[in-house]
Amino acid sequence: MNTWLSLHRAALASAFRRLSASPLNTLLSLLVIGIALTLPAFGYVALDNLRALGNNTSGVQQISLFMGLDASKKDLGEIEDRLRQSANGRWRFVPKEDALKRMQASEGMAEIVASLPRNPLPDAFIVEPVNSGPEALEILRKEIAGWPKVAHVQLDSAWVKRFDAFLRLGKLMLWMLACLFGAGLVAVTFNTIRLQVMAQSAEIEVARMIGATDAFVRRPFYYFGALQGALGGLLAATLVLLALRLLAGPVGELAALYGSAFTLRLPGWPEGLALAALGALLGWIGAQLSVSLSLRKFD
Amino acid sequence: MIVASNLSKRYPGGFEALRDVSFSVEAGQMVLITGHSGAGKTTLFKLLSTIERPTAGSLVVNGQNLSAMRHSAIPHVRRHFGLVFQDQKLLFDRSALDNVLLPLHIAGLPRREAVRRGQAALDKVGLLAREKANPIALSGGEQQRLAIARAVVNRPAVLLADEPTGNLDAESGAAILDIFADFHRVGVTVVVATHDQSWIERYHPNVLRLDHGRLM
Repeated sequence: MNTWLSLHRAALASAFRRLSASPLNTLLSLLVIGIALTLPAFGYVALDNLRALGNNTSGVQQISLFMGLDASKKDLGEIEDRLRQSANGRWRFVPKEDALKRMQASEGMAEIVASLPRNPLPDAFIVEPVNSGPEALEILRKEIAGWPKVAHVQLDSAWVKRFDAFLRLGKLMLWMLACLFGAGLVAVTFNTIRLQVMAQSAEIEVARMIGATDAFVRRPFYYFGALQGALGGLLAATLVLLALRLLAGPVGELAALYGSAFTLRLPGWPEGLALAALGALLGWIGAQLSVSLSLRKFD
Repeated sequence: MIVASNLSKRYPGGFEALRDVSFSVEAGQMVLITGHSGAGKTTLFKLLSTIERPTAGSLVVNGQNLSAMRHSAIPHVRRHFGLVFQDQKLLFDRSALDNVLLPLHIAGLPRREAVRRGQAALDKVGLLAREKANPIALSGGEQQRLAIARAVVNRPAVLLADEPTGNLDAESGAAILDIFADFHRVGVTVVVATHDQSWIERYHPNVLRLDHGRLM
């Protein structure tokens, strides 16, 4: 166990030495890795905030329930009872008289409304369920459509569907971007380590001749790749955090202009560490590929 | 300790460097592998040190058949040998001491203990005062002594050397011979491939004479 620990400690120390031996190269590599991870990470946080914005925007994800023109007060009472039982959320009643007044108040509609022989608008209910997912809204819409004296149910979900589709598209693009930049990170590590193996070919050759195992030779490169990736990940997390901090003020002001209390959600330690871990994993993969290919010439 | 039976080595292209070589070496012996240039001395050294594998025959060291050994087990076997190469194979990007420490790092020895043993090995070959020197600053004889210090630092059971005096003047060569003799005196098995006949006159070792890949 002591030997095992000692070997790993030595490999880690060797990786640190190699990182600090050429600071400029290390800095450039970290910048490349950091920027490669920053773009998808920033996209992820931006989508997360958009999702939160969509969920928080009140009065938008709603169902409009229009009663038949012949619906009586008793029918309206029954609908209210049913809404109390099944719609987990808020709802409000819009009497047809109020609807007509609102229509009259609309620009250019007063004359048209005045010319109507009678109020053509039905009584209506506006339902805002707590569960505003597109599927849940659709299920509720179908249920309400089956209630007595309900003439029409309109799910105001066109934008919800569009927004959901946009989020899904964004997520897909983000995955593609992440895969692309992940491959870039692997390639950067691959090349850095290939150059290191070439530079240390004499040491590797001698070490193998005097009893170094494959693991002994490979270990410092693995640590180097993982360490470089982890540092790149931390740099990316810092860049994302800085960018969001800069954007938080203007976004808050913009939201306030629309009467929203929306604020940007900033990533915390867990997300930063996850990014570092992802960087370390990709760096390790790059190192693994590079060492496996580069060491073939020593066999 | 070492039993070679019908060892043969044929290189790609058909050149047969060794043919049906059989011999045995007892623990604590000093054995000289001699022969003219191209006789197969270096090939036999490479087979004994597991750098290469025989194409036929068997090589048993301490009861382990090296010819049939798995590739992954070979590094562990090599640690039982102290290897001295004609071109020393020193690393010129580090100090003399750090060159000697390499086998101990491979074995996973803690740094402090490794340094203590490394300095002791340098002391044995008379290079302790030059522990911080870069090998490039050492003379040919000193470089060879440094290579010997690296070979013995792991306290190997067998010291294998390939033409250790090949690139040295007579005086430096004699000093190297004395160092090998010292290790032999304390019980280390020493196997040296060389064309230097002065070894035979000074130490009367067991001699394996090779000629065109055959043992004479």
